[in-house]
Amino acid sequence: MKKLLRRKSTIAFAMALPLLFIIASLVIYPAFYSIYLATLNKSMEHFVGLGNFGFLFKRETFWMVVKQSVIFAVSAVFFKALIGFFVAHFVHNVPTRGQRKWRGMLLVPWVIPPAMSTLAWLWLFDPSYSAFNWIFERVGLPGVNWLGDPYWARFAVILVNVWVGAPFFMIMYLAALKSVPEQLYEAASIDGANWWQKLWFITLPMMRNIIAITALFSLIVTFANFDIVRILTNGGPVDQTHVFATWAFQLGIASSDIPLGACVSLFMFPILAIAAIFILRDIGQRGNEA
Amino acid sequence: MTVTRFDRRRFLAATAAASAATVAAPFVRTSHAAGTLSVGFWDHWVPGANDVLTRLCNEWAAKEKVDLKIDYITSQGNKILLTIASEAQAKSGHDILALPTWYAAAQARNLEPVDDIVGPLIAQFGNAVAVVEYLGRQNGRWLAVPATPGSQTKPPCGRIDLFKQHVGLDLTRMYPVGAPPDKALAEKWTWDTFLMAAEKCFKAGYPFGLGLGQTTDSVDWAGALFASYGAELVDAKGNITVNSDATRQVLEYARRLVKFLPPDVFAWDDASNNKWLIAGKGALIMNPPSAWAVARRDNPKVAEQLWTFPSPKGPMGRYDPGLPFFWGIWKFSNNKSAAKSLLTYLSRRPAIEALVDASGGYDIPGFSGLRDFKIWAEQGPPRGTLYHYPARDDQIVSISAAPAPTAIGSQIYAQATVTKMIAKCTQGGESIDKAIAWATSELEGFMRV
Repeated sequence: MKKLLRRKSTIAFAMALPLLFIIASLVIYPAFYSIYLATLNKSMEHFVGLGNFGFLFKRETFWMVVKQSVIFAVSAVFFKALIGFFVAHFVHNVPTRGQRKWRGMLLVPWVIPPAMSTLAWLWLFDPSYSAFNWIFERVGLPGVNWLGDPYWARFAVILVNVWVGAPFFMIMYLAALKSVPEQLYEAASIDGANWWQKLWFITLPMMRNIIAITALFSLIVTFANFDIVRILTNGGPVDQTHVFATWAFQLGIASSDIPLGACVSLFMFPILAIAAIFILRDIGQRGNEA
Repeated sequence: MTVTRFDRRRFLAATAAASAATVAAPFVRTSHAAGTLSVGFWDHWVPGANDVLTRLCNEWAAKEKVDLKIDYITSQGNKILLTIASEAQAKSGHDILALPTWYAAAQARNLEPVDDIVGPLIAQFGNAVAVVEYLGRQNGRWLAVPATPGSQTKPPCGRIDLFKQHVGLDLTRMYPVGAPPDKALAEKWTWDTFLMAAEKCFKAGYPFGLGLGQTTDSVDWAGALFASYGAELVDAKGNITVNSDATRQVLEYARRLVKFLPPDVFAWDDASNNKWLIAGKGALIMNPPSAWAVARRDNPKVAEQLWTFPSPKGPMGRYDPGLPFFWGIWKFSNNKSAAKSLLTYLSRRPAIEALVDASGGYDIPGFSGLRDFKIWAEQGPPRGTLYHYPARDDQIVSISAAPAPTAIGSQIYAQATVTKMIAKCTQGGESIDKAIAWATSELEGFMRV
């Protein structure tokens, strides 16, 4: 027994126990409970198996929400990664003395609670009093129906998500950039490599794992986004900006159909789980090769 | 150390002594002899309104010797809906909970019937308003007690000066203070007149502020328009009836009306119409008097020109949108008798009048006989601006999606099917038939049991 208690793995497990308990009670239990809810009928009195999913698959609005969620998540993650990549390079090349200030300032959108910052964006996009439109009018341009037109509304929710999330990519990529050995660039310069070749053959391969993990993490979080859409458009106009979380809320809480709401919120789980397995396996294999 | 042995004989002796002491002890009536009661009320937006409700509750608690705990739950961020859902799931929480609009019916199987409270109230105050009965009474049983705090209607609130100047209509003459409406003018106050007024105000630069988004203010006025044309999406028996001439007629009307509304109404939320009126940009909105109350504080010149009056009349009648609140007692409550006693106390006429006064006339009691409180005639400026806020005479207070069974109606309402139909055949450029076909498909989905 004493030997067992002295083992590092036992101590580590014991120290992780409070966290495991929190995860079990706040993540695992609700996850299984929502699976259970998704198998009940509307009045939650009978077990219907996968009947709710079968019902959803026949709804036109459901497939519209699937399409919108994919457009929202994929385009937002792509632009967050792109902007994060460029800004990380910019900050990396700022002299060390001023770099801390830039890092701090660029992280501001990410550290403000999104519900707060989205309210500020709502005022900028306000249907009747948009600050952007006020500026447009001053320079002789027509106003834009930011949240009333389906395409502009989709653009607005993606833009705000990119604004909130890009700093996370920036900081992760910056950390990865700092870990690339300087000698590799020096050797490449001696070999006559240009900036593009250095980027393609040194920077990107060295950042590959971070890029994959960050994209995966962000994809999961973006697919589950609620606050931005809820505050900016509430899913409108005519449901054309709803994503899984907002539509699940609309069905489950607002329309008192908790099982159907649970189904919607669970729909992406298997797809994201499979994507996560492939990406993490790929990272693991590369780790082993190294 | 001496160890005292606790054998079978000693145990029996001690138990007998304790039992005798318990039986012989005199009953001491403590200040909380009638147990505890936990109540979750809606957190009123009018400053001071909660204080009056708390005072009334404390009066009752002191009289009945009940240990009362009150929570005020905001509707901001749908917190009240989340509380209802979580307490219903957990079968634990407050004894009494405030239930907005559809949520008494939605929780029918979890609520204690309250016919013994509501029956005598109807005998005393007259019938419950149509929308209150539709939402609060299911299968012949009252599920919850009509609550005064939070209950509201959303009739038009128009600008006296702009209507006089651009429409040639004196709103204060049509619906005067302390008197019945001018019969001839009120008879002419139809949706056709409304359209003509909307066009004139639009041309004058003061469009009507009627939202067509997916939040309640938008859904409510559009629901009243549908009801006044007899356009039912689903009938009382649960049959889909959206494909009708009445629906076509109302959508044709909406197409004409939308041309005279601000172009961004499809993105409006419940604050947009208030801001529109308070900023002096529009001549009319359909809303409770909160817009007037805020204008009185922020833009008094506009507030002085505001007049609340009944909705226009359609071929099937004059429908005002109404959103009642209820107080429900959970079946899992441990003190149902105290809960019923409190709700009876809060439903006495002096208590209701105190609550209406505390809300500045915003709250509307759920019974047709409680329409004579002074506050509505006295509020101003302009004096009597709220006199016609509570529905009287030929007004029918209804909710969008009625008379569909509430399980279907709540989804029609929450999914904003009515405003989406209008948006599809106006902003979306779709034909009326296509909008009806889309709605039919949506309604088929709502039939799920």
